[in-house]
Amino acid sequence: MGEMEELRKEADNLKDQITEARKVVQDTTLQEAVAGTTLVGRVQLKTRKTLRGHLAKIYAMHWGTDTNCSKLCVSASQDGKLIVWDTLTTNKVSAIPLKSSWVMTCAYAPSGNMVACGGLDNMCSIYNLKGKDGNVKVMRELAAHTGYLSCCRFLSDSEIITSSGDCTCVLWDIETGTEKTIFAGHLGDCMSLAVSPDFKMFISGACDFTAKLWDIREASCRQTFSGHESDINAIGFFPNGNAVITGSDDATCKLYDLRADQELITYQDSGIMCGVTSLAPSLSGRLLLAGYDDFNVNIWDMLKAERVGVLAGHDNRVSCIGVSSDGMACCTGSWDSFLKIWN
Amino acid sequence: MEEGSRDQGQQCVGTTDPEEDSPNTIIYRKIEDVIMRLQDEKAGGVAIRTVKSFLSKIPSVVSGADIVQWLMKNLSIEDSAEAIHLGSLIAALGYLFPISDHVLTLKDDGTLYRFQAPYFWPSNCWEPENTDYAIYLCKRTMQNKARLELADYEAENLARLQRAFARKWEFIFMQAEAQVKIDRKKDKAERKILDSQERAFWDVHRPVPGCVNTTEMDIRKCQREKNPQKVKKSVYGVTDDTQTQSSVHQSLPSQPSRKPTREDVQKEISFLNMQLDRHCMKMSKVADSLMSYTEQFMVYDPLASTVEPSNPWISDDMTFWDLEASRDPSQHRVKKWGFSLEEALKDPAGRDAFLKFLESEFSSENLRFWLAVQDLKRRPLENVAARAQEIWQEFLAEGAPSSINLDSHSYELTSHNLKDPGRYSYEDAQEHIFKLMKSDSYARFLRSNIYQDLLLARKKLVSSSNVCFHFPGQVIDGQAADRADAVILTLPGLEGHRQTPLEGP
Repeated sequence: MGEMEELRKEADNLKDQITEARKVVQDTTLQEAVAGTTLVGRVQLKTRKTLRGHLAKIYAMHWGTDTNCSKLCVSASQDGKLIVWDTLTTNKVSAIPLKSSWVMTCAYAPSGNMVACGGLDNMCSIYNLKGKDGNVKVMRELAAHTGYLSCCRFLSDSEIITSSGDCTCVLWDIETGTEKTIFAGHLGDCMSLAVSPDFKMFISGACDFTAKLWDIREASCRQTFSGHESDINAIGFFPNGNAVITGSDDATCKLYDLRADQELITYQDSGIMCGVTSLAPSLSGRLLLAGYDDFNVNIWDMLKAERVGVLAGHDNRVSCIGVSSDGMACCTGSWDSFLKIWN
Repeated sequence: MEEGSRDQGQQCVGTTDPEEDSPNTIIYRKIEDVIMRLQDEKAGGVAIRTVKSFLSKIPSVVSGADIVQWLMKNLSIEDSAEAIHLGSLIAALGYLFPISDHVLTLKDDGTLYRFQAPYFWPSNCWEPENTDYAIYLCKRTMQNKARLELADYEAENLARLQRAFARKWEFIFMQAEAQVKIDRKKDKAERKILDSQERAFWDVHRPVPGCVNTTEMDIRKCQREKNPQKVKKSVYGVTDDTQTQSSVHQSLPSQPSRKPTREDVQKEISFLNMQLDRHCMKMSKVADSLMSYTEQFMVYDPLASTVEPSNPWISDDMTFWDLEASRDPSQHRVKKWGFSLEEALKDPAGRDAFLKFLESEFSSENLRFWLAVQDLKRRPLENVAARAQEIWQEFLAEGAPSSINLDSHSYELTSHNLKDPGRYSYEDAQEHIFKLMKSDSYARFLRSNIYQDLLLARKKLVSSSNVCFHFPGQVIDGQAADRADAVILTLPGLEGHRQTPLEGP
């Protein structure tokens, strides 16, 4: 037997043992455990605001989290603009022209001082919103990825994590503009990432159909979750940081628990055929809002895994979704060039 | 297939081969499955009939209402709106179409629809060039049939194409003539069907202005198409070297999929060994923790329950946000601090209250250390080293004024980190102190007057002589006041003295 074959046998053996270990703790399923819980009542959210201004497909949006900017959000569109919106008044706080119009992601720093974006230029550009003369300027261009920038999230004003089509995620020091840590391990394009509530870990979803949990300081992969049958496009943490939610092109969302190290439940319906593009849990984690390629957002009762609502209002794919930090509002962005605020 | 893809197949526990299935292929397969069942009259599909209309017959059609009904029954869809939405998606992708309209949606009425020919299915990866479209529009103008007249937008498109292809228009014209000849040889009824299917194909690839173009792909997925430099096949079998590649494809380098090496497998093995050592929590415990978390927070979740005073987005009343931001917290907000130490520290008023309590116990150094380290992480790089040293001096050095209690291992590790001070030098120490506060002071905080007063919204009257009254009948530290008119005084000078509860901690 060749060395490769022996190694593979060992790996397969270990995988079997892990599957066994996971089975051992399955003294129940989530579905059985919640059998006594009542289904959440029908959730009917209405569009309260429509943010008009982009001229092409919107690919990403992100809410501000600082109390000074909790009603602000940033959006990125293929019209080559990054717009910071006051979602309450629908005014544009800033309209930032980009060097490259093929933008795929954007992020708002927790402090509210910066925004970031990136895309086919393989770079993550950081913009300072609080410049001295009031103009928004590029502060840093983080370049090292060899593939498109699919997602970015700030840890603070000095650190940002990016995911890329080159199958890696990177932790950058913004001040020096250098790579601090490279997180490699995925075998397919990394499509999305999310940071844990305590900022110590992050998760990434990729086109190898798996999600990985990474320890930021240890620079290692802690856990890998599989089960999806196609690309994972969207990923997020359950609000208490103990579970991970994924959304995939296989038209399902899944909930994985970090401590049980396995899938808890799948959110699917025979009437839903299109892939999931984006997702966001509500503040309590009871509801899951997921955007699909079929122009709708479906709202799921996360415990009972049943649909309890639909947001239909976009005329094209819903590409991004986010729930504000106080849980008050949900924002959707679409290829129809509009953002909508719902609650 | 070689080793590479097999290993990929093992990595992901899916039934599909990742190399063959692009994201679109998955949905095409699902819809084609539905379409086959729809058309299979013997196995419960819809009735496809020839409908008489004035002087002519309309072959091979089905009503929108029939399709909606079938979808509801066979895909277990309860809501007709949902079935219409799904049906419209199937139409927009090009699998069925209304015979009298360019706009591809499904209506739940007598509107007549026809199924698309498999030749034109999107799963064949069509990317028809403008030369093909020009040939198509051109041949339509050659045929003298009312039903083949160009719509306004099509006439505009034709005019544009004539300008763009001015130099090779003769070629296009000849191809169009050839197509017309081929078409004339076909049976009349067959031609009606084929013409409509061809038109529906172009409605997908050159949609009516204002309609969604469902052939648009996410540029992130474009790169991974099985055949990035797609062989451009012509709808009409035209081989033309001057056909141009689409500009998007030209600018994207193709990403080769990585094949696992021996090192990869070895890394995998050590990773798997680490996984095996992990302690897995029981599902029942996990389920319980999820349920209790959502239950606790559901009342605070505006999307899942009604919030007080009112949702500002709906009522335009900012009171909710003012209350959340005020340093004078509501009972509702204070209750959250009791859920976990993390929740208490999230709220600035919670931090203040906890700090105040710790001060009364003379153990505020723990929280002050924790806050200082949080602040250190956000400092600009140039200030970090100096600030880190200050923290050491204040909290950890021998004889430090606010000495904190760390176990020797953590102390040594931190001391070592400080040789090259950075933002995260205190991570380990901070975690220890947090756990300490959580297991010790936090529980006492929740039982303290400082917390309970806020939670129960007890009013404290503080007079100028620093006398503190508790209203009779109120619960104090778990004990009801002994006498109905009892009043407890805290005398000046004894402010800092901790009130010893009648029961132990």
